[in-house]
Amino acid sequence: MGHAANINFYEAGNKGIMSWLITLDHKRIGLMYFITTMMSLCIGGIFALLVRLELMFPGQQFFDPNTYNRLFTLHGAVMVFWFIIPAIPGALGNFFLPLMIGAKDVAFPRLNLLSYYLLLLGMAINLYGILHGPGADTGWTFYTPYSIKTGAAVVSMVVGVFFMGFASILTGLNFIVTVHTLRCPGLTWFRLPLFVWAIYSTSILQVLATPVIGITLILLTLERTLGIGFFDPKLGGDPVLFQHFFWFYSHPAVYIMILPAMGIISEVIPTMSQKTIFGYRAIAYSSLGLGLVSFLVWGHHMFTSGQSELANFVFSLLTMATAVPSAIKMFNWVATMYKGSISLATPMLYAIGFLFTFGIGGITGIMLGVLSADMHFHDTYFVVAHFHYVMMGGAAIALFSGIFYWFPKMLGRMYNEFLGKLSFWFFIVGFNVTFLAQFVAGLNGMPRRYHDYDSVYAGWNLISTVGSWGIALGILMIIINVVYSSFKGPKAPANPWKGKTLEWAAESPPVLENFEKTPTVTSGPYDYGLKA
Amino acid sequence: MSGAHEHLDHAHHFESVEHEFEAGKLGMWLFLVTEVMLFGVFFAGYGLFHYLYPEMFKEAHHHLDKRMGALNTVVLLISSLTMALSIAYIQRDNVKRAKQMLLLTLLCAAIFMVVKYFEYSHKIHLGILPGDLFKAADFQAPNIALFFSFYFVMTGTHGLHVLIGMAAILWIYWRMGRGDFNSRKFGAVEFVGLYWHIVDLIWIFLFPLVYLVV
Repeated sequence: MGHAANINFYEAGNKGIMSWLITLDHKRIGLMYFITTMMSLCIGGIFALLVRLELMFPGQQFFDPNTYNRLFTLHGAVMVFWFIIPAIPGALGNFFLPLMIGAKDVAFPRLNLLSYYLLLLGMAINLYGILHGPGADTGWTFYTPYSIKTGAAVVSMVVGVFFMGFASILTGLNFIVTVHTLRCPGLTWFRLPLFVWAIYSTSILQVLATPVIGITLILLTLERTLGIGFFDPKLGGDPVLFQHFFWFYSHPAVYIMILPAMGIISEVIPTMSQKTIFGYRAIAYSSLGLGLVSFLVWGHHMFTSGQSELANFVFSLLTMATAVPSAIKMFNWVATMYKGSISLATPMLYAIGFLFTFGIGGITGIMLGVLSADMHFHDTYFVVAHFHYVMMGGAAIALFSGIFYWFPKMLGRMYNEFLGKLSFWFFIVGFNVTFLAQFVAGLNGMPRRYHDYDSVYAGWNLISTVGSWGIALGILMIIINVVYSSFKGPKAPANPWKGKTLEWAAESPPVLENFEKTPTVTSGPYDYGLKA
Repeated sequence: MSGAHEHLDHAHHFESVEHEFEAGKLGMWLFLVTEVMLFGVFFAGYGLFHYLYPEMFKEAHHHLDKRMGALNTVVLLISSLTMALSIAYIQRDNVKRAKQMLLLTLLCAAIFMVVKYFEYSHKIHLGILPGDLFKAADFQAPNIALFFSFYFVMTGTHGLHVLIGMAAILWIYWRMGRGDFNSRKFGAVEFVGLYWHIVDLIWIFLFPLVYLVV
């Protein structure tokens, strides 16, 4: 195997498109996930821009109500199932998890490739329903009884999601086994980088929660084809049961989206502050804690669905508990920055942006968890703004931070710093304009998912639509930066940020099996200032 | 790849056969967890509707054939034994006996599916079908089709798992004949065995739940 030394994984081994399509290398699979999920972001983003365009003024602008319903459904479904869930574990997790633990690959490389193709298969089935069928108009939640009755392409949507769920399960399973069995010598559990802890916690959720939505969506398919009646009151079934099953997965799924994002922030902040992370164990345990609590709060999506008062009370109380591990992380990140040598390079800008936007997203989440207040907030734009602050201002912004942070390692070239910073300012200003306006519209009672609205909400909607263009420009700049710098960027050193975690000990880009010699770890991952 | 590799009896990113086995076993157990979560959805739904309609469940379950269900339970239990024996034999390098035990396991699985076929075709003949398709007469309780929806969905999903298990057993039977396994390296046999036991175990819960309602 010695002949591969010093030759990076792009040039080592076979070349050509087939060598990528059937590769078992976690780095190549990670890059394929990266390209796929960034394309998904663009598709979902175009749907979002069209939705905002329609809502720019009251009354019908460009799309009739049916088209509008399809647009917001596809925006939600594409962003959730094609982009956020697979993006961080699939792209950055695949590429960096083995590197960070000093392994040659994930535990099951073939299964890893299978996961990727299951994701593509799911997307293809969805696309069939969108392009050849009547489209989907149920919202990404597929609530019964509407999803049983509508003439839209529900089956191709949910069967596609079933396969994407399978992909997610296998990725999680693969990562759990990888962390358990392939850590290099000296890498004890409490020397693991926090990104690894975050991915590990995410993987547990993927394995435990995803089978539930998988079989629930198959039941919905059987409901539509055979009329089995589980969710159909006409046959004695219960439509709210679908909501329970759906959120039993989809609430933990929120943490499948946000936990790896928090992992990225836990890497970027200590490196960019050149300071030991504050409260390592607290952050590691809070990832597991969030994972655990996430299984106990799904009922807060059903406060107005006729749940018992006792259940509402218990779910409301448990929802408050999610604030504790989230706040532990927030305080620890801020404490890490305190008196650090902070570099304001693009990854750090995005990470600091995350602290603000995720902070707003988290606190409004507590507001929504308050039972009495939620009676008013439920199904308004307040909810829409809240979960965009968590998903976009949390998961997506951390993904961007991670992309810039690890870009030199993945591509072996530096990105353009000026364009990177510019993209941040367009994104963060556009984002806050878009969704702060929606908070206000929601507080004033504007219902979500409607094609039209009362003219009292007109001003806030106009502001929100204009803000969405800022987000679009920011993301466009990220993509231009990534594509341009992949080919034309200056060569990157192995460790441009002076990071201490293992991936920075590898070449940029890494060699075929990551390290020429299996590394041995003798200290914690963020021991800045302790030794040279 | 280059062909310059020395011949390894384990994947290159593991240190040894034992290391690879340990990883595979953990992976298989995690997969079994997903199976438990999957069937957990059925059990939760079944529990809810049994609570809502106890009389209907009691009436409906009399139309299932308890003797056939019991026969299938015994058949599956025997198949778990033969599967476990096959693993024990390969661990002792007795390939011949291990292969025989796999064949016996397959035979049991086939008997199970044949019995299931007779049960299903009898139900379909009587018009006892899930949900909307239900056409049978002589039932008193309202919403009775819901019970049979559960019956068909739960036993159908389980039957699908039996078929997948049969394919997996055939695959390791073929590999065993090729000489892939011995007392040092028997991971795939053990993993298929684990899968087979969970399929068996799920039936152990399904049978009393659906056939023996109280």
